Amino acid sequence: MKSWDPRIEEMPKEALQKMQYKLLKSLVYRLYSFSPFYHDRMKEQNVHPDDIQELSDVKKLPFMFKRDLRDNYPDKIFTSTQEELVRYHVSSGTTGKPTVVGYTQNDLNAWTMSLARALTSLGLGRGDVVQVSYGYGLFTGGLGMHYGAERIGATVLPTSVGNTERQIELMQDLGATAIACTPSYLLHIGEVAEKMGVNIKKDTKLRTGILGAEPWTDRMRTRIEDWLGIKAYDIYGTSELSGPMFTECVEQKGFHIWSDLALVEIIDPKTGESLESGERGELTITMLQKEALPMIRYRIGDITTMDEEVCACGRTHPRIQRIQGRVDDMLIIRGINVFPSQIEYALMAIPEVGQHFQIVVERRGALDNMLVRVELNKESFSDKINDLMQVQQKVEHRLRNSLNVNVNVELVEPGSLPRFEGKAKRVIDKRSL
Amino acid sequence: MDEQKYVIRQISIFSENRPGRLAAIAHALGEEKINILAFSIAEANGFGVVRALVDHPEKAHDKLFSLGFNVAFTDVIAVKMKDQPGGLYEVAKILGDAGVNIEYSYAYSGKEGAVLILRVDQIEEAIKKIKNSGATLLERSVFH
Repeated sequence: MKSWDPRIEEMPKEALQKMQYKLLKSLVYRLYSFSPFYHDRMKEQNVHPDDIQELSDVKKLPFMFKRDLRDNYPDKIFTSTQEELVRYHVSSGTTGKPTVVGYTQNDLNAWTMSLARALTSLGLGRGDVVQVSYGYGLFTGGLGMHYGAERIGATVLPTSVGNTERQIELMQDLGATAIACTPSYLLHIGEVAEKMGVNIKKDTKLRTGILGAEPWTDRMRTRIEDWLGIKAYDIYGTSELSGPMFTECVEQKGFHIWSDLALVEIIDPKTGESLESGERGELTITMLQKEALPMIRYRIGDITTMDEEVCACGRTHPRIQRIQGRVDDMLIIRGINVFPSQIEYALMAIPEVGQHFQIVVERRGALDNMLVRVELNKESFSDKINDLMQVQQKVEHRLRNSLNVNVNVELVEPGSLPRFEGKAKRVIDKRSL
Repeated sequence: MDEQKYVIRQISIFSENRPGRLAAIAHALGEEKINILAFSIAEANGFGVVRALVDHPEKAHDKLFSLGFNVAFTDVIAVKMKDQPGGLYEVAKILGDAGVNIEYSYAYSGKEGAVLILRVDQIEEAIKKIKNSGATLLERSVFH
């Protein structure tokens, strides 16, 4: 099947925008009338629902931040009663207090439909066996993918995270054709499989990876695809939006954001001004149909660009590019902005070192000092110190060129850096600020 | 080829420069009942290379590899020296006169007398020239 819902997915842009305007208008009226939180916010911003006269008037509306969810823990800004809710998810709280998301049945249906469209767009359907190696439970990844994959008629293998040897055995025995997990967990699976003597390329039916929940790069995609013999697709979503919701289509050129569900803006994170299509900035999303926990101009904190051209796949919905970092992942080293994803991108082009890395930031005197620890590949090991020092200097040189900041590089033994089953934590910032 | 019997297989191991790494390597070799005959450490900024001549190089390689170490074989030669003042000079002069470039070297003094282990750029050429000069090369069978 080419499209899950061709009528919506290939709807002409003008019609889509008209639909978005209607949805936005009724959302704003509803929240102004029934949500004390949004009512107060709109009053503060001096905006009334009648001011929304066209789609671009969304810019008049106030922003919403993660801290609004934390400040209103657990459910003070829900616009549904507990009786109307059918599920809770709770975010891990790695960057602060946890946040709670409630779902009505309609919310779950929209989430599942979003994934049904997405998974179909990357070529999955009836006959596929989808191994869901995202965590099941409070985290949205496992259950979200689970229902999405079931909806398109695929067979779900709900392995969740961990017990990697068993995951690989089941992948072989039940003929998994697709796996959904974090890119770093797939790398881990690949390494464990090699140790077990399993060649994923030859000994399994795996051909699709649906990878997300942490930033990764196109170079890592190439490496994963060549190594494991699969097509690797990026997936995007956060619990505030519902969970993982959007993926790339077979074109692999950014995630299609379904316009009937979400209105996307890219803004300057410092000024809050809207940026032109194609400019890099902070992703801001208005969820047009959410019931229990509505989101207006929610500033997710992810840095990306948006492409509004009609995709080669025929879908008219805008695409956002691979997430390049988070506003709060950004390291400031000697006044220069550094995203861990830039380091990953630079390392992927250096065959002498592996995919894993660790960043250690310290303050020496008044200066920030950044150390990047990388694993020396087995093939690149030379017993001559000079050769090894050349590798070290090459990595330092490449990183310095791409980051514009001095970097020290340490070569470490293969397998010695921490592996992650969930979200990778690659930065150790020892500076006391 | 006659020169081949003088080519000795050294194992080289990449190691981070932090406490316990040498112990980990030595423990692994001890467990496999592998004897270390000669040994050196070269260190650089944050890492080092451990080089060793052992009685069972393949077994040592496989064991260390299975533990995740970066390990490789390197061909070296061993030249006998007189265990007395001037012994090293004699050998070094022969190599220098023969135009053999030494990439690195280490020495030990054991039951065969004093021995200089050498990693050179052109090993077969070096073996020929050292033999012609009258110095004694130890055969591989002395080690493994």
